[in-house]
Formats: sequence, C-alpha cells, structure tokens
Amino acid sequence: MANVTLAPTRTPVAIPLREILPWAILGGLLMLLAIYFIGAEQGATSLFKGMYVHEFVHDGRHLLGFPCH
Amino acid sequence: MRFFENGRSWIVPRGIAVSIHHLIIRGMLVGIVAGLLAFGFAKIFGEPQVDRAIAFESAEAKAKGEAPDEELVSRQVQASIGLLTGVVVYGSALGGLFAIAFAACYGRFTKLSVKSAAALIALLGFIAVYVVPYLKYPANPPSVGEPATIGMRTGLYFSMIVISLIAMVAAVSLKRLSEKRLGRWNATVLGGVAFLVLIAIAQIALPAINEVPGEFPASTLWQFRLASLGIQAVLWTVIGLLFGELTDRSLRGGISRSA
Repeated sequence: MANVTLAPTRTPVAIPLREILPWAILGGLLMLLAIYFIGAEQGATSLFKGMYVHEFVHDGRHLLGFPCH
Repeated sequence: MRFFENGRSWIVPRGIAVSIHHLIIRGMLVGIVAGLLAFGFAKIFGEPQVDRAIAFESAEAKAKGEAPDEELVSRQVQASIGLLTGVVVYGSALGGLFAIAFAACYGRFTKLSVKSAAALIALLGFIAVYVVPYLKYPANPPSVGEPATIGMRTGLYFSMIVISLIAMVAAVSLKRLSEKRLGRWNATVLGGVAFLVLIAIAQIALPAINEVPGEFPASTLWQFRLASLGIQAVLWTVIGLLFGELTDRSLRGGISRSA
C-alpha cells in the first residue's frame, strides 16, 4: 500500500443533515445558553436573583462587545 | 461515513475520522484555545482601558458626592478569573457553534477544501456575528451606558446580530443562485453588494444609541473599542484556522488508515 497516493482532486462529501440535526439542536441550545450567561444574564433579563454572575463576568462582557449596565 | 470521493470513493470508517459530535468537541476545544489567547490579548490591550473607564466612573461619582458602589466581586477577580471565565466559556461556545455551521456547510454549500471552508466560514461569521452589529452598536467600556436602557440596548444588539446573520445567508444564497448565469466573480460581487444594501437598510432603520458621557476621554473609548475588535478577531481567527488544520489532519489520518 506504500504506493497509494491521495488524489489531489478529492471533492468533499457533505455530512447528512439527519445526522447533524439532533446535535445541532441540542449542542446549539447549550452553547447559546452559555453565551447568554456570559453576555446577558442579570443585565437585561435574570434567570437567577442578584448580580453575582453579572459582576463576575463583568470585564469579559464589556470587552466581548455585549451591552452592560 | 463517506467524506471524500475521487472516483473510487474513500470510505472513512465511522468513529475514526469524522462524525458530527467529534467536530463539535473539536470546535469547543479549539474555542478554549482561542479563548485563552483572547484572554491574553484582553489582559494586555483591554484591561488598561477598563481600569481607566472605572477610574473615570469613580471620579464622576465622587464629584457628585455619591458613595462608591459596594463591590460584590473585587476588581482583581473581575480582571483575572472572571475575565478568563467569560472569554474562555464564550470562546468554547463559539467554537461549538462554528463546528455545527462547518458541518452543515462543508461539501453542501461549498466545494472548498476543509481548511479553506473553515477559514471562509470563520471570516463570514466574524463579519456577520460581530463586525456588523459592532458597527451599529459598538462595545462600550464601564460608565458608558444608562442602566435604565439596558433592556432596549440588549434587544437592539441581539436583533442586529440576527438581522446580520440573515443578511449573510441571503447574500451567500444569492451568490450561489446567480453563479451559473453571472459567473463566479460577478456572482460574488453581487452577493457582497446585496449584503451591504441589506445592512445599510437595517442600520438606518434601527435607532441610534449614544450614551457616552460628555466628559468621557475619547482616546480611552477608541482604544477600548479597538481592544474589543481585537479580542473577537483573535477568537474567530484561531477558531477558523486551528479547526481547519486539525480537521484536515484527522481526515488525512483516517484515509491513510482505511486505505
């Protein structure tokens, strides 16, 4: 098999959508939730009482470009 | 799962090379690396501006005779572990979402190679998710922004991200649909023009926000906003390039093993 060379003209084949979809929905929601906690929790809306999350990620929230205060 | 075809068609066994959950995990790990680098960038270029803005805020409060805000989290924690957590969690979530976008586009909306597709998706994502919303509602340091308008500002900022993403999808679709008739170059130019027109309309239609205090130092504001742009540029560049490189390598590995 030492002579096998990869053809330079490989064309990409897509991953079937039915395989992507469950992961996209589940993972996508989790990741959006993470971004929500960094970017907006205890600012415009609050899932938890208090300001601890807001104050803890304060600098990151400002510097990543999210509205704050 | 078949990932490449070249006449004979390579069969890449499932689990060795690529499946969607591997891509997502890789995206998140690459996002953590990107987040660590972005944290370094933020520490060097961003934190001095945050400190200056807070010093301005305290001086203003003092001049008005207000008592300083009670610190729930110390400045030291905010500027170190807090910043690190924020940027790294954001980076890893961004990397995961990027991987999903890559998996959906690769081989379907583009015939580009793994590395080129990853780089292009990262570039378009950076423009749509960060740069365009930032041009309308730029990042603001502490003491810029009325607490009373946070709801409106957050709503407008996220609306701008959604509009910009929709405009990007529309522009890319237009490019693809007109490619046969106009040729690749002209179709790409047409897509770009369509994106600019849609964004211009949205930016004119949405209300402007300017809550910068009159006395706020202009250079601090400018440098803060540049730092924010830089942090996001580091995140998206590292995610796009590193994800492409690692995915390309794992596919080659998978092929040589199965060949």
